[in-house]
Amino acid sequence: MSDASLITPDARPGRPRKFRAATAEAAPARLALIGIALTGVAILILAPLATVFAEALADGWAAALASLTKPDARSAIQLTLLITAIALPLNAAFGVAAAWLITKFDFRGKAFLITLIDLPFSVSPVVAGLCIVLLFGANSLIGGWLVAHGLPIVFAIPGIVLATVFVTFPFVARELIPVMIEQGRTEEEVALTLGASGWRVFWTVTLPNIRWALLYGALLCTARAMGEFGAVAVVSGKIRGKTATMPITIEMLYNEYLSVAAFSMAAALTALALITLTLKTALELRHADQLAAIRRH
Amino acid sequence: MPALVQKTPMPGLRLSAGITLTMLSIVVLLPIGALLLKGASFGPGNVWEVVNRERVWTALLLSFRLSVFAALFNLVFGVLLAWVLVRYDFPGRRLVDAAVDLPFALPTAVAGIALTTLYAPNGAFGQLAAQIGWKIAYTQWGILLALIFVGLPFVTRTVQPVIEEIDREVEEASATLGASRPHTLRHVILPMLTPAALTGFALALARAVGEYGSVIFIAGNIPLKTEIAPLLIVIQLEEFNYDAAAAIGIAMLLISFAMLLAINIIQIVSRRKMGHV
Amino acid sequence: MNGTPQRFLNLQITNRDQTDMKPHTTPTLRFPTVSLRAGISTLALAALALTALPGTLRAQELLNVSYDPTRELYREVNEAFAQKWQAEGHDVPGIETSHGGSGAQARAVIDGLGAQVVTLALASDIDKIAATGKLPADWQSKLPHNSSPYTSTIVFLVRKDNPKGIKDWGDLVKDGVEVITPNPKTSGGARWNYLAAWAWAEKNGQDPKAFVGELFTHVPVLDTGARGATTTFAQRGIGDVLLAWENEAYLALKEIGPDAFEIVVPSVSILAEPPVAVVEANIADDAQRALADAYLDFLYSPEGQALAFKHYYRAWDDSAAAPEDVARFPKLELVDIGHFGGWAKAQPEHFGDGGIFDQIFTAK
Repeated sequence: MSDASLITPDARPGRPRKFRAATAEAAPARLALIGIALTGVAILILAPLATVFAEALADGWAAALASLTKPDARSAIQLTLLITAIALPLNAAFGVAAAWLITKFDFRGKAFLITLIDLPFSVSPVVAGLCIVLLFGANSLIGGWLVAHGLPIVFAIPGIVLATVFVTFPFVARELIPVMIEQGRTEEEVALTLGASGWRVFWTVTLPNIRWALLYGALLCTARAMGEFGAVAVVSGKIRGKTATMPITIEMLYNEYLSVAAFSMAAALTALALITLTLKTALELRHADQLAAIRRH
Repeated sequence: MPALVQKTPMPGLRLSAGITLTMLSIVVLLPIGALLLKGASFGPGNVWEVVNRERVWTALLLSFRLSVFAALFNLVFGVLLAWVLVRYDFPGRRLVDAAVDLPFALPTAVAGIALTTLYAPNGAFGQLAAQIGWKIAYTQWGILLALIFVGLPFVTRTVQPVIEEIDREVEEASATLGASRPHTLRHVILPMLTPAALTGFALALARAVGEYGSVIFIAGNIPLKTEIAPLLIVIQLEEFNYDAAAAIGIAMLLISFAMLLAINIIQIVSRRKMGHV
Repeated sequence: MNGTPQRFLNLQITNRDQTDMKPHTTPTLRFPTVSLRAGISTLALAALALTALPGTLRAQELLNVSYDPTRELYREVNEAFAQKWQAEGHDVPGIETSHGGSGAQARAVIDGLGAQVVTLALASDIDKIAATGKLPADWQSKLPHNSSPYTSTIVFLVRKDNPKGIKDWGDLVKDGVEVITPNPKTSGGARWNYLAAWAWAEKNGQDPKAFVGELFTHVPVLDTGARGATTTFAQRGIGDVLLAWENEAYLALKEIGPDAFEIVVPSVSILAEPPVAVVEANIADDAQRALADAYLDFLYSPEGQALAFKHYYRAWDDSAAAPEDVARFPKLELVDIGHFGGWAKAQPEHFGDGGIFDQIFTAK
């Protein structure tokens, strides 16, 4: 989130304030809200997270790190990064296109289209995997043909990519749509009236307005893509060192009573997400002035 | 009768529609079509026969009921959290902000194991709850907890950007006109957040309905008591019964589709009422 | 993953800078358009290229698709076999294993997972693969002992000093006793648990259906897999007794807590025969067939059998096994699946849709 102090300069700490701004809540209300939020986050998110790291470090740092440098672990990390690197741009391109289509044009069946985009989400990962196997499995029409031509989808990387794109499908679009609705079409229409080309309008007017939402969407997509287990488990084949992603490897290790190794990998996965989130925060700080400048206009 | 697409000078209709529909077809429509085809070849009568049993209805009801509760919790808590994160400054705000996304990053199975570790009768929180005679893990409370966990980021993340975009002048105008702060929040701010919050609610709900990986660890999985609908699909698959698995999958799909469609229609209608598209 | 968001952002900010300062220049605008398209097509190509990577198993490679509790066993078997194979003058074989629930693994092979060898928990799972024509229907007669190089049975794991005094199946339905078992619908091991209880009831003059039905009223948690059930019992502290594979029970004892648990062997149990087979349809050529055959034969060799004993399986040939590995197994009366008419009959009758197990829960 962009820094609160940017958009609420009157609430910047350190600035003396004698009167409560009309656009702020009373101090007790504010403290109560912060308290509820912090307690909820602590119980629901931070405690499970702490459990993961505690289990990972049960035998110390050395054991945790050693388990991550084994060849199978390394190949799982590489595979997960590769899958994410393929799935993310696909979903980002789709999300921008879909949000543009939905917010810039009026057409019938819009609610239906949005619902279709949401659908992968409500489909249980188990069913998602089942769907992909039904479509591309060796016993299906398409899958049989592809396997015969040396292009297996299921139990190979394309199947894992497909499952990953499936489960992360609505993220980017869903982040962009509310923001683009809030923005309306006026700015784009003005730019078009002034003679800018379609692409130019997109890159110079729309994209700067939606970039944070796009980034959130991309981050959610990344995090979820890396962590997806259910659907990938069905289509991966779980071959160690080949089609075992990080979550699959975590399950394997856990089943081998290698709790430390399993949770180390889970912690590594969490750390990858934290790196992404830290990067986001760092960029926000670095470009804070530009952002504020844009907002003041 | 309006045209299918209203005329507008806005460019990019073909390109955006092209990308959207191509991706939608390959990723969503074809695989789900394969599922529906499986159901069709099994026969609607047979599908109904598989679904129309006490055990399946109980599991479906359980899954959907707990998902609605979890999404409602996330709706309230998510809006609150988003507001706190955007508007207030307090120590650890960035940490909390970053942590909101973590339920995504944790593989569902890891989340399930971690939650069970905490909330089992011998876990840190489970022990406290046990003292007041409250069993969480291996009951419906446990399932609710897991569903809240997996759906937590959605409302916060959809509402946050909208709160950031809110023009302070609107609030100032409201205050100038004599509205109290709670009145402004309820009648000015909340309506602005509603579309995004509803989106988040829909996503949290949808995510919870299909959740499997984290729930099975904490659920107990006792038939008619703590058995969730996705587990029934897995059970049918274990018996190599693709038809019955597809049947339950289709039932879940139809119910979720109807729920999502209803929410999306409410949203679009409410937006029209409010004057913007 | 970290590069992508950064790229998005830099791209946008660069554009914003340029347009802010030089609002009338256009040349920079074409660049991102092109790069986006190029990027997408590059990715599409990359995705296509990647499809060629898997599935190209060379003759000297072998995929063994197995079930959950055999991980430790096959890790050692693979190493020992590779050494032996090399010593016989062959190239180093690349042997890979995949583990999961027995049923799910069988399904993966049916749907195209290219396993040359399957080593699963239940003959009925391999029968399902055979039904697709990937291996002959009489596969189980190809190797000795019903194609089962090792066997196991079902025992009880109880808490230290056995506070509830659990000695046999009958004690499991006493008041206040909680039993942990995985779900027979999703776990192969749990089906053996259920059948063992059934067999005991039959031998002791009880109505087996009523006994098993009562037994399951003592189950507070039905995990989907054997490992999950072990965790629920050992680490979450739920229940008084865990019904487990003998090899799982010994492994859990070793890995989780030799001081916290004890193994109790009931008077009657079941002979679990996890079978192995070559999947004919996935064999590329004669060299691979020779490798697959040698791999399975190795399981029956004295070395292979010794490894099975070491990993707490009841194998057949103890000539090369460590005496303590053999001595740990107590004698008990074992009923085999033939007693239930074979898996082809027992599976649908007991565990099928609407079968006896389902009736136990829906009858209430």
